[in-house]
Amino acid sequence: MEILHNLVMGFGVAISPIHLFYCFIGVLLGTLIGVLPGVGPVATIAMLLPITFNLSPTAALIMLAGIYYGAQYGGSTTAILVNIPGESSSVVTCLDGYQMARQGRAGPALAIAALGSFFAGCVATVLIAVAAPPLAEVALKFGPAEYFSLMVFGLVAATVLAHGSLIKAIAMVVWGLLFGLIGTDVNSGVLRFTFGIPELSDGIGFVIVAMGMFGTAEIISNLELKDKREVFTSKVTHLYPTKADLKAAWAPVLRGTALGSMLGILPGGGALLSSFGAYSLEKKISKNPEKFGKGAIEGVAAPESANNAGAQTSFIPMLTLGIPSNAVMALMIGALMIQGIAPGPQVMNEKPELFWGLIASMWVGNAMLVILNLPLIGMWVKLLTVPYRYLFPSILVFMSIGVFSLSNNPFDVLIMAIFGVLGYICVKLECEPAPMILGFILGPLMEENLRRAMLLSRGDPTVFVTKPISAGFMLASLILLVIVALPAIRKKREEVFVEEG
Amino acid sequence: MHIKSPRDFWAGLMFMGSGLFFAIWAIAYYQMGTAVRMGPAYFPTLLGGMLAVLGLIVFAGSFSLQGTPVPAFAMRPLILISVACVLYGYLMKPLGLVAATAALVFVSAAGGHEFKWREVTVLYVVLMIFSWAVFVKGLTLPFPMWPEALGY
Repeated sequence: MEILHNLVMGFGVAISPIHLFYCFIGVLLGTLIGVLPGVGPVATIAMLLPITFNLSPTAALIMLAGIYYGAQYGGSTTAILVNIPGESSSVVTCLDGYQMARQGRAGPALAIAALGSFFAGCVATVLIAVAAPPLAEVALKFGPAEYFSLMVFGLVAATVLAHGSLIKAIAMVVWGLLFGLIGTDVNSGVLRFTFGIPELSDGIGFVIVAMGMFGTAEIISNLELKDKREVFTSKVTHLYPTKADLKAAWAPVLRGTALGSMLGILPGGGALLSSFGAYSLEKKISKNPEKFGKGAIEGVAAPESANNAGAQTSFIPMLTLGIPSNAVMALMIGALMIQGIAPGPQVMNEKPELFWGLIASMWVGNAMLVILNLPLIGMWVKLLTVPYRYLFPSILVFMSIGVFSLSNNPFDVLIMAIFGVLGYICVKLECEPAPMILGFILGPLMEENLRRAMLLSRGDPTVFVTKPISAGFMLASLILLVIVALPAIRKKREEVFVEEG
Repeated sequence: MHIKSPRDFWAGLMFMGSGLFFAIWAIAYYQMGTAVRMGPAYFPTLLGGMLAVLGLIVFAGSFSLQGTPVPAFAMRPLILISVACVLYGYLMKPLGLVAATAALVFVSAAGGHEFKWREVTVLYVVLMIFSWAVFVKGLTLPFPMWPEALGY
């Protein structure tokens, strides 16, 4: 019953006017960027991070979380009406959602997406509340060796689930770890890789790297494409799904929620992987798979439930272990650090109002999102007609202001531009930026834990395989790598991502 | 030798180059220490070496595994967008928010597909008012509005 007590406390925090306000701002912004193609949650959260300086940690996290799961709702709108995924996690929704819209069933498709997401959001909220405390309990017993191995496992899993070449993804992680080491070495006080530039002595700001790699790089990539959009605005007439629709959709919603919740917890998982996995699953178990791609409601219900569930359960490793499972969670950790909170299992005990308030706010936010997305759908559709040529200068203004305001230093903006160019080159060379960002935030942490573990073991590297928990993580990492390297699985993995892209 | 996968060829070179750079720089300038007491060079050397090896594998693979050519770079947006951001940062202190935002909006908009003076001017005015209202008034960020030389 302790959970119930805690949840009640959390709801008390979440429904206080100030937190309701920031939750609303978060989900509103989330829906907005979800609807707008070419603006993702990573760039948006990075843009808003500097603003959260002025907020309480709880308000900041509630708002930023709202952006992430809100984007999952908004993303479906664009996918269904325009056949362009507003978010990468809505890619598969395009397949059947857009076909439904062409058949004049845009309304039910949107409604099922929103209701499925809401159901998934509720389940995921409960799941976090139930699963997080025992996990944090276990994590509190972790020593440096366990933490190091856990981070290795997290990074390996992130590379396994990344697109494209496995070796390139691992290289990107290692590169990110190296970039993370730039700055003052905490143990010796030595300035590393600063090349006499005083601004680098505190290291490169995580926000700046994220905005460059995901923000400016994405804008440059988008500008290569011509924008052409065909919107089915007039066709959204009846919103409510028929009885037959509901009957066809309830089981996929359940399966999507279950699968999404599981995949969300995995390091490297989250909304993207969940939606794709759920779509494949539905297609595989369906009695008439030929319906898929021609407007099957199952093909909308399952991935949309799954991406919302995955978006929320990916908070579990972040909140309990302090380990980011994807780039958005890495930014959340950045937000906590800005507030002077060391992310990890102790957060739940030391800041219960933050922890439970955030969880409760997710339910509140999901309820707001249904209202925002169903009755107000017309407003979002209008937004789709805003051309990209108005959007990208606006995004650049917000990013530049955000980065500049971090320390009122033009050098930060220069670094952002450099990482923008680097991010663009990486995209061209098919190197995923997301694993690099994870490496970047984990670099100093990994070094610190490696040092401590080696000090405690008197320089004996076998400590990582003799301690049971640590050995478990190492073994799991190894198994993952071997599995992915197997030719049969490698081929399958490539197919999966080809279909997705 | 024939390069079969140009993307991997360049990616491999990029990883090898930066891996070696980090490792050599660390060995040259920082203390290595021992496994028990790691010096500042220990971890970077380890990682740099790893990155170089991974780069070598990717590089070597580019001669045997079939890949796709590197797509053309969109130089115009790449340069204009990057320059616009840098201009914004470096113009802010000497010239103030009004001029810096103008530089950012006009230069970056020139990187788009079509550039219409009227549209971009309207966009600039809207963004300027928004920046002022939200960031200067609302969040009280200490940005100068006008050039320093004017004495505001």
